[in-house]
Amino acid sequence: MTVANPEVAALPPSSAGPAAAVHHDDDRTAFAWVATVDHKRIGILYLLTALFFFAIGGIEALLIRVQLARPNAHVLSPEAFNQIFTMHGTTMIFLVVMPTLVGFANYLVPLMIGARDMAFPRLNALGYWLFPFGGLLLHWSLLAGGAPSAGWFSYAPLSETPYSSTHGTDYWILAILVLGIGSVSGAINIIATVVTLRAPGLTIRRLPLFVWMTFVTAILIALALPVLNAALVMLLIDRRLDAHFFQANGGGSAILWQHLFWTFGHPEVYIMALPAFGMISEVIPVFSRKPIFGYEFVAGSTVAIALLSFGVWAHHMFAVGLGHRADLAFAIGSMMIAVPTGVKIFNWIATMWGGVIRFSTAMLFATAFLLEFVVGGLSGITFAAAPIDWQVTDTYYLVAHFHYVLFGGTAFAIFAATYYWFPKMSGRLLDERWGRAHFWLTVVGFNLTFFVQHFLGIMGMPRRVFTYPDLPGWGALNMASTVGAFIMAASVVVFVLNVALSLRRGEPAGDNPWNAWTLEWATTSPPSPHNFERVPPVRSRRPLWDLAHPGSRPEATPKNEAAPPDKSLVAVWSFIVSETTFFVVLILAYVFFNLSTKAAASALDLRTTGAFTACLLASSLTLHLAEKGLSRGKGASFRAWLGVTLLLGIVFMAGQAREYVGLFHAGVTVNSSLFASTFFTLTGFHGLHVTLGLVALGIMLRLAFGGDLDVRSSAALKAIGIYWHFVDVVWIFVFSVVYVRSFL
Amino acid sequence: MIAWHLVGTGAFTGASVSPFDPTSPQAAAIRDLFTSALFLCGGVFLVVAVLVFYCAFRFRGSGPEEPEQVEGNKRLEIGWTIAPVLVLALLLMLTVRAMNASDPPVDRDPDVTIIGHQWWWEIRYPSGVVTANEVHIPTGKALVFRLESADVIHDFWVPELGRKMDATPGRPSTIWLEADKEGRYVGTCAEYCGLQHAWMRILVVAEAPESFAAWQRRELAAPPASVGAAATRGEETFRSMACVNCHNLGSTGPKARFAPDLTHLASRSTLGAGVLSNTPEDLARWLKDPQSIKTGCHMPDTQLSDAQVSDLVSYMKALP
Repeated sequence: MTVANPEVAALPPSSAGPAAAVHHDDDRTAFAWVATVDHKRIGILYLLTALFFFAIGGIEALLIRVQLARPNAHVLSPEAFNQIFTMHGTTMIFLVVMPTLVGFANYLVPLMIGARDMAFPRLNALGYWLFPFGGLLLHWSLLAGGAPSAGWFSYAPLSETPYSSTHGTDYWILAILVLGIGSVSGAINIIATVVTLRAPGLTIRRLPLFVWMTFVTAILIALALPVLNAALVMLLIDRRLDAHFFQANGGGSAILWQHLFWTFGHPEVYIMALPAFGMISEVIPVFSRKPIFGYEFVAGSTVAIALLSFGVWAHHMFAVGLGHRADLAFAIGSMMIAVPTGVKIFNWIATMWGGVIRFSTAMLFATAFLLEFVVGGLSGITFAAAPIDWQVTDTYYLVAHFHYVLFGGTAFAIFAATYYWFPKMSGRLLDERWGRAHFWLTVVGFNLTFFVQHFLGIMGMPRRVFTYPDLPGWGALNMASTVGAFIMAASVVVFVLNVALSLRRGEPAGDNPWNAWTLEWATTSPPSPHNFERVPPVRSRRPLWDLAHPGSRPEATPKNEAAPPDKSLVAVWSFIVSETTFFVVLILAYVFFNLSTKAAASALDLRTTGAFTACLLASSLTLHLAEKGLSRGKGASFRAWLGVTLLLGIVFMAGQAREYVGLFHAGVTVNSSLFASTFFTLTGFHGLHVTLGLVALGIMLRLAFGGDLDVRSSAALKAIGIYWHFVDVVWIFVFSVVYVRSFL
Repeated sequence: MIAWHLVGTGAFTGASVSPFDPTSPQAAAIRDLFTSALFLCGGVFLVVAVLVFYCAFRFRGSGPEEPEQVEGNKRLEIGWTIAPVLVLALLLMLTVRAMNASDPPVDRDPDVTIIGHQWWWEIRYPSGVVTANEVHIPTGKALVFRLESADVIHDFWVPELGRKMDATPGRPSTIWLEADKEGRYVGTCAEYCGLQHAWMRILVVAEAPESFAAWQRRELAAPPASVGAAATRGEETFRSMACVNCHNLGSTGPKARFAPDLTHLASRSTLGAGVLSNTPEDLARWLKDPQSIKTGCHMPDTQLSDAQVSDLVSYMKALP
């Protein structure tokens, strides 16, 4: 019911901005949900939408298993099968696992750090809505000529137009670009929230491990997604504008796609694993009645994983033939990364050791996670030994491996997290008897489906095949796997029913049904819109445990806790670091394809562009002068310099446009050569970033003339200023690499 | 383990397809590494499983009392970090050894060149032999295979004889393949390459060196003149219709390379890269409507009449 709340004005001042304050307490209309900027509702929207796509991805999986149950079956045509397995992988990764983990993060991070909401609630809402939009784009392909069918990692040249002539791959590219932008915006929000909105006393070293893991994951997202975005735009330019980034017959490189994709792809698997580790790190201690064993090691090993994850990508390419030196280097890196990942298992076991363990459904899933994830991790180690990979990569042994880590690992952790936090989100407990049924059906179904696939792989069955010959044992094992898949389907039905029924008739949970210790349990279930009436004092990692044990050793809170930095600055710096990755990839692509050509020298005009470059760099100076003017209260000076900055930026863009037109007239278009492709892509995206900066500056100017800017300081202006300087720095690199270098 | 049992019974065209059934020193080196790795990993899993089950049963409880709130133990942490590092160091040493044994550097010209197409394999020998989908090799000799692709990325994989390797357009690669003893070894394309990736099978026929030499001689010989009216009509049909635009047959004619070379079709065991056996009945089915057997393959339905099909079969089954 929509009741206008007269007490809105009396709500405590919000650190999240005025928009959040007008949220009505019990406004349950659909419109309220659609228009929400409350992190809790956004979190739930993520989870429910992901559940919907989980059903779709699951049906796709069942179709695959039905077709593969018998040799030489004709249930699905090869065309249909290939589209279905492509959609299954893409859906499960981008439309289920990632959004679910972000959904939990969204809901829990502000609560766990004692904040009122995320740092940027409206950005948060945007991030969510890009998710169903991306999902819609991807599935629109079904109506526009057919779903993508080049596999979820879309290797070139199979994904290029000659071999994937429908628009399916284009929709795939656009959908993932959209989803990637949503992911990065969510990541920036999480980073800014964790850095700036922690309750007093909640130092970094006291962060709940779920928050810590989510924070590291957000950094990984900000660094890895742009690499994928760069690869995607290059593929799109190949497909629609006839370039040849990845096509050998135009001088391009098929394996460049693989390098770029897996530079994203390997951190991506840790993006999907780390939050799961965080969930397990919350559940196991609570149900063992002991703190996590070795918090520093668990947190520290997470950082090690994040750093190493960017150095192991080519273990996905052992079969490409990069040479023994490369193979060995990546084999070593891959074995190394197993260590910080694996020792966490011992930490979790040691947490259980000597505890008083209560096997709620959440704890059942968390315990099973330990075993399932270890199986997946160990099969992963066999892949790190390159010669083994040379035999079993691209077989069902690989399919078994990644399902063990992604389902046996991440999905089990998500189930544990659901049973654990559902009471907080809804105020009701999930039914434990149904929970047990769900658990056992899942364990039996999952292991039956995927354990036998290890054998299929080492018996020689390749992956991504719509059928297979009647070799001994293949039919029986495939049938067993299919039976397991249907048991898994039953388990999901039980789970969804449990959720639906418990929402209505579940036992009321109260504030802290599990007697847990982190801040989210110090408020009602569900929490009120502003989260906390009062945040308890934080003197350790377990504030509620301290409250229940008065007199236990109180850790001294560091006395002069520095004021946190401004959230706009944290956000813009995170954004800059993220965009740097994007430009690094485009610059590397330029260098890679132009190592030996002097094409640039003949086509480009160093002097004219140098003049326009001077304008752009001068605009950084004028912007700095504008900021100085503002801080000294000289409004006129501020507005004037801001105007000049805008003008100089426009002059630069005009110069670029002039150069482009000149090149077009000379026959240098994006598809005419690899120099042209890389040149236009790199300078084009830089130009796009300049344009966005000009729009932001224009808005600031309008606000300045309207008298809406605070006289002395503006965090927004500072942030835009940093962004503008960044754009200029990027241009310095582009100018040096493209223009100056070509004349040396 | 079930796998060992199942793997041993290779009945399909006399071969199993498993890396655990190596018939070459290269594949055997990998099998040995895999066995060691599985033992190491199995051991680790056993340790973890025992610990987890022990905790689950021994420390189960429902009382309200609180256990000792242990925060950690640095020595234990360092210990269980070093132990996996040692295990991995061992695995690394075994890995290096296996890499050198299974994939030594290539120091000479290739013995066979394989070109992957959507969805068949073109096979060329330095002696001039050209065939498709079926590779003949002499036993007891380590051979250099050069892998190329005419379109998308494929992957050449014959598990019993060696590692797999991508065939990337624009970037040839090489592997070693060797057969210890005579036999027929089944392989497959192992990199998703589009619609009919599932039916891009490979058959490696390993023969004693003398048999291999004889096979080469037969392959290099021109096909005999057609005998009988049907076969002659069949040859006429082949040469006058669109077939020659894609298929090369014999030493005369356009020498097209878009489709498998058919000069010695009758000597091969399968059609369509493994989707059919090479019998007159199956060949007739294929010629009549290839799209219904391997939909999306690049051979169109050429609308042959039954009589034409029959003639063509008579012609082709006599191409040794």
